[in-house]
Order: sequence, then structure tokens, then C-alpha cells
Amino acid sequence: MRDLIVKGGYVYDPLNGVDGERMDIPISGGRVVEKLDEGGAKVIDASGMVVMPGGVDLHSHIAGSKINIGRLMRPEDHRKDVVSRTRLTRAGVGYSCPSTFIAGYRYAQMGYTSVMEAAMPPLGARHVHEELNDTPIFDKAAFTLFGNNYFTLKYVKAGDMEMLKAFIAWMLRATRGYAVKIVNPGGVENWKWGRNVGGLDDLVDNFEVSPRQIITSLARANEELGLPHTIHLHCNNLGVPGNYETTIETMDALGSIKPAGERRNTVHVVHCQFNALDGENWGNVRSGAAKIASYVNGHPHVTLDIGQAIFTDTTTMTGDGPWQFRLHNLTGNKWVNSDVEMEAGAGVVPYTFRENNPANAIQWAIGLELALLIHDPWRVYMTTDHPNGGPFTFYPQVIAWLMSRKARTETMLEAHKACMRRTTLAGIYREYDFGEIATATRAATAKVLGLERKGHLGPGADGDVAVYDIDSTGWRPSMYRDVERAFSRAAYTIKGGEVAVKDGEVVAAPPGRTIWVDAKVPEDAEAELMKDLEAEFRSYYTIGLANYPVQDAYLPHQERAAVDARRGW
Amino acid sequence: MTVFTDVICPFCGCLCDDLEITVEGNKIVRTRNACAISASKYMHHEENRIDGPTVDGKAVGIHEAVDAAAEILASARRPLIYGLSSTECGAVAEAVELAELVGGVVDNTSSVCHGPTILALQAVGESKCTLGEVKNRADLVVFWGCNPAEAHIRHLIRYSGMPRGLFVPEGRKGRYIVAVDVRETRMGRVADLFLKIEPNGDFELLSAIRAAVRGHKIRAETVSGVPRQQIEGLAERMKGAKMGVIFFGLGLTQSDGRHMNIDAAVGLVADLNHHTKFVLTPMRGHYNVAGANTVTAWQTGYPYAVDFSRGYPRYNPGEYTSVDLLARGEADAAVVVASDPAAHFPADAARHLGRIPVVTLDQKVSMTALMSKVVIPVATAGIEAEGTAYRMDGVPIRLRKVIEPHEGVLPDAEVLQMIMYRVRELKEGA
Repeated sequence: MRDLIVKGGYVYDPLNGVDGERMDIPISGGRVVEKLDEGGAKVIDASGMVVMPGGVDLHSHIAGSKINIGRLMRPEDHRKDVVSRTRLTRAGVGYSCPSTFIAGYRYAQMGYTSVMEAAMPPLGARHVHEELNDTPIFDKAAFTLFGNNYFTLKYVKAGDMEMLKAFIAWMLRATRGYAVKIVNPGGVENWKWGRNVGGLDDLVDNFEVSPRQIITSLARANEELGLPHTIHLHCNNLGVPGNYETTIETMDALGSIKPAGERRNTVHVVHCQFNALDGENWGNVRSGAAKIASYVNGHPHVTLDIGQAIFTDTTTMTGDGPWQFRLHNLTGNKWVNSDVEMEAGAGVVPYTFRENNPANAIQWAIGLELALLIHDPWRVYMTTDHPNGGPFTFYPQVIAWLMSRKARTETMLEAHKACMRRTTLAGIYREYDFGEIATATRAATAKVLGLERKGHLGPGADGDVAVYDIDSTGWRPSMYRDVERAFSRAAYTIKGGEVAVKDGEVVAAPPGRTIWVDAKVPEDAEAELMKDLEAEFRSYYTIGLANYPVQDAYLPHQERAAVDARRGW
Repeated sequence: MTVFTDVICPFCGCLCDDLEITVEGNKIVRTRNACAISASKYMHHEENRIDGPTVDGKAVGIHEAVDAAAEILASARRPLIYGLSSTECGAVAEAVELAELVGGVVDNTSSVCHGPTILALQAVGESKCTLGEVKNRADLVVFWGCNPAEAHIRHLIRYSGMPRGLFVPEGRKGRYIVAVDVRETRMGRVADLFLKIEPNGDFELLSAIRAAVRGHKIRAETVSGVPRQQIEGLAERMKGAKMGVIFFGLGLTQSDGRHMNIDAAVGLVADLNHHTKFVLTPMRGHYNVAGANTVTAWQTGYPYAVDFSRGYPRYNPGEYTSVDLLARGEADAAVVVASDPAAHFPADAARHLGRIPVVTLDQKVSMTALMSKVVIPVATAGIEAEGTAYRMDGVPIRLRKVIEPHEGVLPDAEVLQMIMYRVRELKEGA
């Protein structure tokens, strides 16, 4: 591959303390290097443009059974956004449930080079990886669902942390997963009997453990194992007015967990907008964002992503079966439920966020309130929980709202007045600058994920670079439309040292790698675990243990993140 | 002698993964745990094989056959690619790309089996689960318009009838089994309750049960031949179940009402979820028909009947479905992979297949192979080649290879790749 140098752009590289300085970024052998012999290098002229590390999305639903149910059940979604084949790129469909190829192209067109699939049911792991292999350009990883797994519940009930840790390590390896995902802990197991849990101290039927025990045990195990990311938590009571209390209670339950290594955080709370509702019902619902932000500002062990709502027609899909049934009953929209033996569940329901709907207007405001009221940009990240809050293709609009109070005000005036009366958004004057955007969309997300070569442009970093055609020196917040345009179509997206996008068009579609965590535990702990797994698989699974782990054939481009958890076992 | 354990059966949608296959000198000599159909597939898999590639009935080399296939496709204006449910997912992916390349239509066998199930899913959704959920929790199991006792032979043993599950420790005794069909099959005799229903009366009966579940009074003495008391009794039993499931087959999808029948079943199940946990699952026939839908959906957005004539995928069952496309005389060439439409399609459609150049990829001699211009033998996925298959409930499993294919015989995916490579050359050359 030819060496490459990105010349003369305004570089925003927060992890290395670079904030808009004019710098060159030399790339050789797919990595950023200190210096380069410029003679043979391809020169990318970025003068007058913004240069950032490639975007890192830490929570998106792009591959596996859930998004594919969405594709399958929504031909009406595809028909309005079709993509033709070119000599270089595959045909497909877009909008809220894009086909795999199109998801790859469109993320790259926005300058994203790493995307995390946020919920992988273990039994469906092969499906996730097959789809990821058909999703070009960006690097990816998938988070394995643990919060309602039979073995999790069993070991938590027994209070057996050693077995729980060995199980997490084994399961991440078996599914080629990257992080511990928890969705409505306990609630999804109860949903398999048509019930749910109402709070942290409700009990899970037949297992007599509480969501609190599940979450704290998994968080402790996660930190003791020293996994690169914290637990990735979808809280209980999602979408229930008044749920901000459960969210704060959940965060608070994790304050005493000892974080691994140098980090201070022990939990990432996902798409917090859906869990930051105050009020008693949908009639008097109001924002609980200020209370959550105030808690987060005082407690460094929490990170969160906003799950911004977008006013559009989208498809909701979560591992939270009981919530999706509730949403089906709220809306009357078509509903798919999908329970996975021993492990997990899921639901899919189409949904439209409407400007004139007071609850939706409040939800829209909550996401932005969270991003603007939490002071530390290293702990609050931009997502739409694609496609739950809206398709990822709306990120440029979210960036515009974060960077420009004028952009927010214009939307507020269009939307139901509840977003002014029942949230604090109208009183917020903060506007993100380019450096903070770089933090919230790549630097901080890469850091919290523990992806050491992502999210920055220092020597040794992956050669993943986004160049946006906007001059940050002369830019003012009133020019938010320019920001939206620039972030929609990257001037260049460089992936692993190769130009994948030029002037917003895909010019190369390399496959991208899948990163997974291989945590080593003591041999005797693993042996004891296997004994238990063998017996339980024989009795209660419908596939044999021998056929269960994801075979290497499913990861033609893999990167193993090794963790040694044997020390201090 | 080699014994392969934990082998996955590539016959029906059950994808049983506990077979033992004994191989001696590249010959399968024994099977264990396999049902009668599966054992027969393994033991007779050498019989009736296609000897080698042919063009117009004459034996040729693989490259000549691939060239001939590519020329047919490159010059066709409306090519159809069909089948794909009895092969592995890699082949499905290649078929989709080939259709995209030639601007053709790609369709799989669900257009003649559970297509209506998918239409209903697109209209109203569905509540489903993996088969282990049934094994571990279901105390009420309904089989509607299907006969697993004879068609999915180990379904009852492994998943839905006999097994002792986590919360059904009594096994068969812990489950109440209901069969609904137009005649009493073996399934009806195995069930605790058999409801004999008048042909094409499914929609009415489902609607009546749904009404009873909702607490409405049924005035008719019988609905579709089933007495009111039985309907009300079943509704109560459904509401009172700890966890219930309806498995349904072509008796529901291909009788009058078609997707409306599934709509009614989905609606009934959704209503039951206000009382208890209830799900439904289609009994998929071909071992990887679910995979064909799955792959086609992630690559194009649509599960079957996908047309690329405009460069982007479009979907319209009834228009781009194979039977309709052929019966209208629209397709001017066809590639058939792992299927025998000439034997199974309605006469109009089958007759048109005889009028157009057909390329067939299959292991065994079929009606379609006999009338094809180009025939290319392939390795049998799950016996002579690896790959992924999706079980009827959507669980993906990796198929094993237990013997080597004959010299020079390649898997479907590789042959499709070769054809695609050649088509690209022809198109770019022109």
C-alpha cells in the first residue's frame, strides 16, 4: 500500500491534545507514523479543512437477527431509499434498516471507520459475524448479551464469582464478542413468562436474584477480568415515565465497584435518553435529564451515550422484549418478538418520532440536554442508538444541534412546545466546538472502549482519518448548515491508510476487521466451568456444545484483543 | 474408519446436530441418531448422481459448462435465479450477487411454501422463539396444518413433545399437545386433542378462537366443523398455559386465505400475550430455506422475489416470484440451484422452463436437470462441503463435511463464483 500524507488541515486530535492546529498526518503501512519520506507518498490536500481521527460509534444495531428482522418486516422502509450497483459497490437499500453493504458505505461516507454492534445474542453470533463480513470498510466488534443468560443467573444466585468470570471469558471467546452487554437485566428472563421486572430489587422468577445483583456481579466480574470496556448497560424500565430514578439508582449501585487498571469508570449506560424520563405517565411526562446530568457530573464512574431521537420514521429494535411489547400496545404498530433459549430475547416495532407529539418533542430535547448538561465531553457520547432513536445517517444533524444553539432553537420552534416547557433545553447556551465534537464522536468513544489504536492520530494509531470540507477557523454557530453538509459527506475517509471515500463517494471498499476479546483465565477455573457447561448444554440447549462456538471461518479478518485475567485470580 | 460426531443433518428445517456418521474409505457406511429420512439421505447420497457437466446433453469440462452458463446469462434480458433453500448460505450470497450483476431476479423456494408467512410478518409481525424455549418452557403445543410426526420426524423428540426441559421436567407428560388438520394424520393420533377442521376453514376457526380469547360469545354451534365448546375450551386452555406455542405448516399457508390465515394466527398469539406467554413458529421444510431468506434480506433488504432489473433491489411477491414470472412467459433464462421446479411448479410455469435456456446446479439427476441446457454437478453441502445453514427458528449452525466430493466437483458457491467471473468478463469485453 502506498504511503500517504494528509497535509495542511486543521487537526482535532483530543487524545493527543491537538485542537485545531495545522498539521500533517503521515501514514505508512496502515498506521500513523512520526515522519515519512514524502517523495513516494500520496498527498491528500486538506488545507482549509478539518481533520479528525476516523469516527468511532460505540452503540449501533447493524448486524444480526434483530436488524435483519427489521429489514425483513419493513419493505415499506426500503422502498423510499434505494441504492444502485456501481462497478465498485453493491446495490441495496437504506433508511432505518440498511442492507449490510449500504451500512458500510454510508458510515464511511460520514467519516466513520469503527462501529460497534451493540447486542449479540450468543446463539445468533454466527449470524452477526456473517453480516459483519458483508459490511465493508469500517472495523467492527460485537457486544455479547449476558444480563439474562441462564448461566449468569445461576452463578449470580450461587454467588460464585469465579464461575461467573470464567463464563464471561469463555462466552466472549465462543461468540467472538468484545464486551459484556446487559439489557433489562432479569426483565427479559421474566418476559419469557410474559412478565417483566419493575425495578432494581424485583426478583427474577425461578432464580430469586434481583437486577441489582445481576448488574453489580457482572460489573465486578468485568472489572476483575480487566476487560477493555466496562459493562455496557441498557437499564431496567426503559421507556417508562419516571424511569430516571431507576437509572440514577442503577448508576449509584455501581459506584463502589473497583475499576480495572487506571480507569475510573465502571459502567456505560446506553441510549440514556430513553431512560431519563420524569413524570408519572405519557400525559405528564417531562425531562429527567438535568437530574441525571447532575448525578453524572458528581460521579466519575459513569459514562453514557445519548441515543438522540430524530423526527423521522424509524424502526425500534432492542433485546428488551417486554419494552417492545409495551411499545406495540402503545402504538398499535406491527410487532416482532424473538426469544432466544437460555440467553436473551428481542423485539422489533416500527416507530415514528413526530415533532407535534409532546412526548417525542421531550425525548428529542432530553438527548441534547444530556449532551450539553454533562460537563465532561469524555463521558457523554453522540449516538442515535441506530436505528432506535433514528438512523445513523442523521448524525450530522445531531452535530449541528450540539454545535449551534440557533439550530436547536429552530427545531424547538417547529416542535411541540412541551420541549420548551418540560425540559431545560431552551435555557442551555452551551455549544460544542470542533474539539468537543471530535471527543464525543471518536476520541472518547475509542478510549472508553479500550481501543488503543483508534480515536487518535498519534504515531502507532491506525491510519483511520476523516477529512471534512469545512474551515473551522472562520466558522460560527449560525453556520450550522455548513457543518451538517460537511459531516454528511467526508472529503476523505481514510481507512487503514487507504482512501475509501473521496468527495463523499466510495472509491474503495476494503473489508474491515472484527475485533474480539480473548481473556485468559486459570486452567482449573476453565475446566470446572466446562464440566458445568457440558451437563447443562446436554439437558437444556437444542444445539450441542461442540457446535456452539463461532468457528474461525466466520472471522476472515480478525483482530484478537488479548486479556490476561490470571493475575490476581 | 472414521466416526464423525455432532454432525448436522442437511435435510429438514430441524437441523438436528447430534448425528454420528461413520465413513470408510470416503464412503458413508453408517448413521446414528438420524431419522429415517436423514439416514436415507446419507446412505443413498451416492445414488442417482449427475456424472459430470453437460451442455445440451453432451459431456463437457467444467470450464466449458461455466462458459455456456455465463453466455446464457450475459445475453439474457430477464434471467431468473431460483432454488437456494437446500444449499448453504455462501451459495445464496453468490446467487444474490449474480442476480445483481446480470440485472435479474433472485428468488428462493419460500415463494411456494412460507411466502405467505413472510407477507403476514410484513403486515402484522410475529411473536416467535428458538426451539429451546419450547423445550424448556412450553406446556401447550399446537400443531396447525402440519405433520411433524411424519415430515419433521425428530421435532417432537428433540424440541416440542417429549424432551424434559428446564421448566418442563416431566417431558411429554408436562405438555398438552393439540393438532389441527383436515384429516387425522399420525400427528393427530399423537396429540392429546385433535381438531378436525373443514378444508379452508382455518381463518374462521382462528378468528373464533381469538374472539373467545377476547371474551366474546360465539353464537354459531360449530365453526369450520369444530364445536363451540371445543373452541371455548381451547381458548381457556391457551390463556391458562404457562407458555404456549403454535407450530404451523403449509396446511395453513397454502390453503384459502393464505397470508390472511397467518395474520389471524399472529393476531391470536398477540392477544394471548396479554394473558400469558405465547409464540408461533413456521415449520420450515428445506433445511436452509430460513437461511436463504436471511441472507437475501441482509444483502438486499428483502427475503425473496427480488428484482434487480433497475440496478437496485425491488420486491414484489406475485410479480417477481418465480412461478408468476415463468407463467407469464417473462423470464428468458433461468439458473436453478438445488431445486427441481420442473417437477414441482404448476404446469404453466414448468412448461415455460422448457422453452428457455436453463442452467442447473445440483447433485442428483432431476426433472429440471434433464431439461436443462447446462448442467453442472456440485458437492452436497453438509456432506461434501461446509457452510452455514439457518434452522427453522433462525439459529445459524455450521454444516460439517464428512467425505470428499468426487474429483473436480465443486460446491455451489464456487461454481456460481466462476460463472459470475465469466459473466463479468463477457460484459466488460462488450
